[in-house]
Amino acid sequence: MINKVVANVQEALEGVKDEMTLMLGGFGLCGIPENSIAELVNKGTKNLTCISNNAGVDDFGLGILLQEKQIKKMISSYVGENDEFERQMLSGELEVDLIPQGSLAERCRAGGAGIPAFFTPAGYGTEVAEGKEVREFNGKPHILESALNADFAIVKAWKGDTAGNLIYKATAKNFNPMMAMAGTITVAEVEELVPAGELDPNEIHTPGIFVQRIFQGERFEKRIEQRTTR
Amino acid sequence: MLDKIGIAKRIAQELQDNTYVNLGIGIPTLVANYIPEGISVEFQSENGILGMGPFPFDGEEDADLINAGKQTITALDGAVYFDSATSFAMIRGQHVQLTVLGAMEVSENGDIANWKIPGRMVKGMGGAMDLVASAENIIVAMMHTNKKGESKILKQCSLPLTGVGCVKKIVTNLAVLEVMPQGGFKLLERAPGVSVEDIQKATEGSLIVDGEVPEMDI
Repeated sequence: MINKVVANVQEALEGVKDEMTLMLGGFGLCGIPENSIAELVNKGTKNLTCISNNAGVDDFGLGILLQEKQIKKMISSYVGENDEFERQMLSGELEVDLIPQGSLAERCRAGGAGIPAFFTPAGYGTEVAEGKEVREFNGKPHILESALNADFAIVKAWKGDTAGNLIYKATAKNFNPMMAMAGTITVAEVEELVPAGELDPNEIHTPGIFVQRIFQGERFEKRIEQRTTR
Repeated sequence: MLDKIGIAKRIAQELQDNTYVNLGIGIPTLVANYIPEGISVEFQSENGILGMGPFPFDGEEDADLINAGKQTITALDGAVYFDSATSFAMIRGQHVQLTVLGAMEVSENGDIANWKIPGRMVKGMGGAMDLVASAENIIVAMMHTNKKGESKILKQCSLPLTGVGCVKKIVTNLAVLEVMPQGGFKLLERAPGVSVEDIQKATEGSLIVDGEVPEMDI
């Protein structure tokens, strides 16, 4: 068994430098690596390219890195209700590559799976297709999308073991499994870290081979963006 | 004229038995509240759940369990969670039979625009481009006109597109329209108390009126 455990978030993010490309798991505020994001703010790393479906909200998640102007470029599918993101994008301070959510997920998966590019129907005939090769399959036009990789992929899981195997909870899974595959160094922060052998191999979502560093997060606020009840 | 709930109720009549359905943010989300009796459908939310249930009771919210609108939800018996790549495999692979989503504009050849107003508003496309590029059946739920009173049912979209030639049906506060394969909007039904002339006035694209147009039954 190869031990992937690091002592803390500082050790987990050792080597993250200015100008790097990071992938960060999560959908909205659900399943985001909040301990690592807080540490990125502490480190003050600048000019980052961040690949993440969203950019948090103004005062939580990746939104904090935006407020601190640590992000040079975002690759995302949805800006949503993040005012600072929208402001920086419209003013041109922030470079933004908006891509369809399914293409984003598949591009991360492809990056981790050794597939350099693939054709998808999503975005054909729209701005997203500009400059991309178009080819017809079964009478339907598709556009060529390339794989995405990152210097660091930072993911969040529910449970993990010392071998780096991960289990996610409910819809906090989202982009985490694909991003875990696509990092040169993949960092996993987990709510509960257990010795190898304690997780049922049948139930593991991300095999430890994709994970280089794992640690138990100190604190998970798990903020809810749209609390909705019956 | 219908309100948002009326639009949702009318769209609910389109649900087919034993199908998987993706509901977008806004009016489409309301459709889940009006499933006709005897119809069995499962709702997919593209962030990674099939078998989505109603909103939780107060105090039972789970931050790890949300829909694509980031609202807290519940999971029904038989529900399943999956990653985003699997989710869009369901969508692109046409395993999800019906997509209901909102729009800013629809054109008479079935183009849809709903993600960006250049220089003013950028929400991002989220999963909408994948959904409209692949779904077998796409129904748009929206108001017939925008806040300025301008038609959203157009000859050609003026805003950046989300997808081309994909919308099959539109349910608005005024009417049910079918996008014809050869182009144009066929008027299928009128909202209660709305005349064909009212609909004509609010429609910039070619409206095809064929004989007597029935009033919606909701």
